[in-house]
Amino acid sequence: MEKQYSFTANLNVKNLACWRNDQVLFNNLNLSLSPANVLFLQGENGSGKTSLLRILCGFRLADEGDIFWDNKSVLSNYEYFQNISYVGHKNGIKDELTVEENLNLMRSMATASDIKTENVLKQIGLFKRADVLARQLSAGQKRKLALARLMMTENSFWVLDEPFTSLDTATVEFFELLIKKHVTRGGMLILTSHHEINLSGLSVNHLNLSS
Amino acid sequence: MFTAWTQIFKRDLLIAFRRRSEIIHPIIFFVMVISLFPLAIGDDKVLLQKIAPAIIWVTALLATMLSLDTLFRSDFEDGSLEQMTLLKTPLSMLVTAKIMAHWVITGLPLILITPLLAVLLYMPSESISMLLLTLLLGTPTLSLIGAVGIALTVGLRQGGVILSLLILPLYIPVLIFATLALQNVEQGFSAEAQLAMMLAILVLAITLSPFAIAAALKVSLN
Amino acid sequence: MGLFAILFVYGLYSGLILAPIDYEQGEAYRIIFVHVPAAWMSLFIYMVMAITGAIALIWRLKLAEIVMISCAPIGASFTFLALVTGSIWGKPMWNTWWVWDARLTSELLLLFLYFGVMALYNAIEDRRTAARAVAILALVGVVNIPVIHYSVEWWNTLHQGPTVTKFDKPSIHLSMLIPLLVMAVAFKLYFIGSLFMRVRTELLAREQKSKWVTALLESK
Repeated sequence: MEKQYSFTANLNVKNLACWRNDQVLFNNLNLSLSPANVLFLQGENGSGKTSLLRILCGFRLADEGDIFWDNKSVLSNYEYFQNISYVGHKNGIKDELTVEENLNLMRSMATASDIKTENVLKQIGLFKRADVLARQLSAGQKRKLALARLMMTENSFWVLDEPFTSLDTATVEFFELLIKKHVTRGGMLILTSHHEINLSGLSVNHLNLSS
Repeated sequence: MFTAWTQIFKRDLLIAFRRRSEIIHPIIFFVMVISLFPLAIGDDKVLLQKIAPAIIWVTALLATMLSLDTLFRSDFEDGSLEQMTLLKTPLSMLVTAKIMAHWVITGLPLILITPLLAVLLYMPSESISMLLLTLLLGTPTLSLIGAVGIALTVGLRQGGVILSLLILPLYIPVLIFATLALQNVEQGFSAEAQLAMMLAILVLAITLSPFAIAAALKVSLN
Repeated sequence: MGLFAILFVYGLYSGLILAPIDYEQGEAYRIIFVHVPAAWMSLFIYMVMAITGAIALIWRLKLAEIVMISCAPIGASFTFLALVTGSIWGKPMWNTWWVWDARLTSELLLLFLYFGVMALYNAIEDRRTAARAVAILALVGVVNIPVIHYSVEWWNTLHQGPTVTKFDKPSIHLSMLIPLLVMAVAFKLYFIGSLFMRVRTELLAREQKSKWVTALLESK
């Protein structure tokens, strides 16, 4: 049995609305998520999946509605935002730093984690390329590096936007396992994906933004 | 709290060192524009000596503004900025690390090369030390104020032109006090009052601008 | 707006015709009945913009955003008016159209600040994002205005000292003060009137898809 996350709570979203200029992306959106649960966002392109994730992370302001963490509005609740691990369309890695430097940077800023950079490198298969500048990596390798931040964090709320773009099957399987471990430890996850993801054995809710 | 600050500071220095051209270009710009003046005016020692402080300060203003363009752009484009907003350390603290690193990379070399340019413009040596002092007090203020403008325009395509519209009016007090201080020294008066004002503006900029920058960056992320 | 017209005409008439000739400046001084109120308005509107900007940032009121952004063009126009009339006044006084005097320079810088606000608002596509960005800029500007004004003042003063604010011993004759104040009130009314019109237009444009606007259109 893995050690459970110490900081976790219910997430509730009430009457959320998001517009882009005059266009309504979504309106009156309600959702809730409790520990050890996964929310799988679906919907066609432009239905507001990414916008919803960005609102949840505080990058974007909702045009209406509120987000509650532990029944408290997140607007001034910094603990909520610090507990988020986010991997979005942009990888958030520096091209001018080497693979190892990028990982060290992620680790030094992440919430406490004892995993060694060397182990992370070995597990994602970039050990031999540790001293290569991130700029020289392939798209898939960069994505791996971006996802590696999930291995070095104790945050219990993960927000993943199309996490598995350009990854090979073996790596996808590796990160699926990581996600399963995260959720069984009482973690929460919201994700979007166009790829088939094997989340068997987990409690997964689906939300379709197109309808 | 401070680990993240020092990490960002070190990271930015390292990246700048690997992208040396970005450090060097504003300096070359600074040197080139200043050497244009003697070419345009002619080798008129009296006139050049008289307008040297103005030339150096106005050019320093423009060079600072140009160099700021890279301050948040790469973080904005590669997603590092999003990650920074989720850290325990407040964004307003982290931006000070970035601005400080940026000043060390661009402001400091500019100050170091100034004595050479001052000699080219026939500035007397007692004015040169005052010039360096005003630059030392003034350029951090320029970086801090300019960072607000950059933070507001980082997501825009034609950000450059708008940036100058936004921040040049805000740069004027620094320009005025710096050149007044230099005029005073030239005429044999004390420049203490002007330097005190510059220091006061710097303190004001250090205390207030980080919050404006953080707020502006969050707006740009939207 | 009707009240504005009455006050404006009365203010102009009493300022340009009734008020006595200044013994130093002759007839030319009469332009201050436009210049001074316009200069007051230029600063006043920037303050309104910053205050509504702060409200928009803190409480995220859409109406505050719209009021703030509607202020900018009106404020810029008053600043421009103050500059033009100041320069017309300067011609007979200083025998040149432009003098780098402290207050004219401050006014010019204020115009630049207004330009910055409008440029930023137009550059950002999303209206609400743009409004929040402008609010931050307006607040930064408002902190800077005293510093800018003070530095420019220090830099050079050629202008006359303030003549109206000394209430204990007004150095300006009552027959000149009254039209001046009437004009100030008229300008303020004009500002409020045109602000309402701009806010109405902007609000309708933004909310064109919402129910109350459609209902309004159908009822007509």
